[in-house]
Amino acid sequence: MRAVISTIGKDRPGILAFVATECAKRDINIIDVTQKSLRDLFTMIMIVEIPEENGDLDRIMSEIEEAGEKENLKIHVMHEDIFNAMHTV
Amino acid sequence: MAVIREDNILETIRMIDEENLDVRTVTMGISLLDCADPDIDVSCAKIKKKILNKARDLVKVTHDISREYGIPIVNSRISVTPIALLASVSGGDCKKYAIALDEAAKEVGVNFIGGYSALVQKGMTPGDELLINSIPEALACTDLVCSSVNIGSTKAGINMDAVRRMGQIVREAAELTKDRNCFGAAKLVVFCNAVEDNPFMAGAFHGISEPDCVINVGVSGPGVVREAVRQAGKDASMDQIAEIIKKTAFKVTRMGQLVGTEASRRLGVPFGILDLSLAPTPAVGDSVAQILEEIGLEQVGGPGTTACLAMLNDAVKKGGVMASSSVGGLSGAFIPVSEDAGMIDAASAGTLSIEKLEAMTAVCSVGLDMIVVPGETTAETLSAIIADEAAIGMINSKTTACRLIPAIGRKAGDTLEFGGLLGYGPVMPVRTVKPDVMIHRGGRIPAPMNSLKN
Repeated sequence: MRAVISTIGKDRPGILAFVATECAKRDINIIDVTQKSLRDLFTMIMIVEIPEENGDLDRIMSEIEEAGEKENLKIHVMHEDIFNAMHTV
Repeated sequence: MAVIREDNILETIRMIDEENLDVRTVTMGISLLDCADPDIDVSCAKIKKKILNKARDLVKVTHDISREYGIPIVNSRISVTPIALLASVSGGDCKKYAIALDEAAKEVGVNFIGGYSALVQKGMTPGDELLINSIPEALACTDLVCSSVNIGSTKAGINMDAVRRMGQIVREAAELTKDRNCFGAAKLVVFCNAVEDNPFMAGAFHGISEPDCVINVGVSGPGVVREAVRQAGKDASMDQIAEIIKKTAFKVTRMGQLVGTEASRRLGVPFGILDLSLAPTPAVGDSVAQILEEIGLEQVGGPGTTACLAMLNDAVKKGGVMASSSVGGLSGAFIPVSEDAGMIDAASAGTLSIEKLEAMTAVCSVGLDMIVVPGETTAETLSAIIADEAAIGMINSKTTACRLIPAIGRKAGDTLEFGGLLGYGPVMPVRTVKPDVMIHRGGRIPAPMNSLKN
């Protein structure tokens, strides 16, 4: 499943590394990354491929989001189609 | 794959996180016509079996979709064939049907089941009468069953005998549940021009022209529209505001369309319709009234309210129709008083009256919804309010409805608390001049001229 991982939080070293590590642990391939730091606010958007054979998507998504919470990062993992549907005619 | 822009991604996330964007309901419509049996107990057993069979995975599938796409899906619900049709075949104690529906709904885990309904715009069969008479008790002895009765249409006129009866039924439903905040009446809708594919409660039922089983989706998003209007600032002209609402409605609808088609695919059930209604909740910021106030009214209910609402309702439809080819149901802005923080404030302040709400329902979906009236309001007065509202629907060829809750033992100015999505409502004053003679006449209001186009 192709998904979008968005990360928002206070900028500090290691955020990209942290999210990338969480992905790697679960065999999630990162396809594209954009990130921006505006004043103190860090936003990063990753397009990733979550292997279907990883099994329980619900669990994987929740784990990553919860891991983010512990680091004071707001992480959303969402299916890519939602953005295509809403923003393309 | 289309390239998704970063700001679009962040916009979607903001809509969901901060502006209460959600899919309000995924409603599975199930036909129960094949469950009809002359023995009511057999009929009830068949109903339960069919609902369990069809809706077994509904709650799980909506949960999964909600998780994968990151879209909150607030409710999973079921609508069924109007039970009066089954009651016509079986006769007997209709309450048994309500109990069977309630048990089936609890077993599959949905939060409401609609279709304890009768369509009597032109007249009543013995089955319709049985069902209508049983409504107060059925709603009192079940938790999840919702009931609706259609008493008028543009083609048939208004059945005033049914209107008279429904005034009494609404009162009885409230009286039987007076120790539970008159909750019975909050699950009962009286319609004119009811639609067969409405996914929203309490008025959902599965019409007889519908397929065996179907998925209907109701989107929401007043908070998103309000924020878009706010960002436009005070200098934007009304046509610019309309344009902004259209674009927002487009995005919201596309999300609903995606959820609907995905749910339909996973459940192996055809996708029916997407209902484009702006459905408020008592949550802060999730209010239709506050959109109107953002457009530029000091408080909803004052002069200008009807015009703003007409524009809002129309713009939502224009944006939504472009986004989905399966638009249906009620599709309009809902103005339920107790479920909308802005409406509650305006009603409490006395700015919003029942008469103004009635005018507003002439330009939007769907009617006098979740309005708490004093406990001493007579059945005749309730009937007369129902008749007025039905007349607006009949003449304007649109759906109108009444969900009135007589607050037994309370008077204007008090509050009635329902909790959850149903919210709380101030008891609104009702004029007490008597319509009794008119209501006791009964009979029918003939179909209006605008139905004789063919």
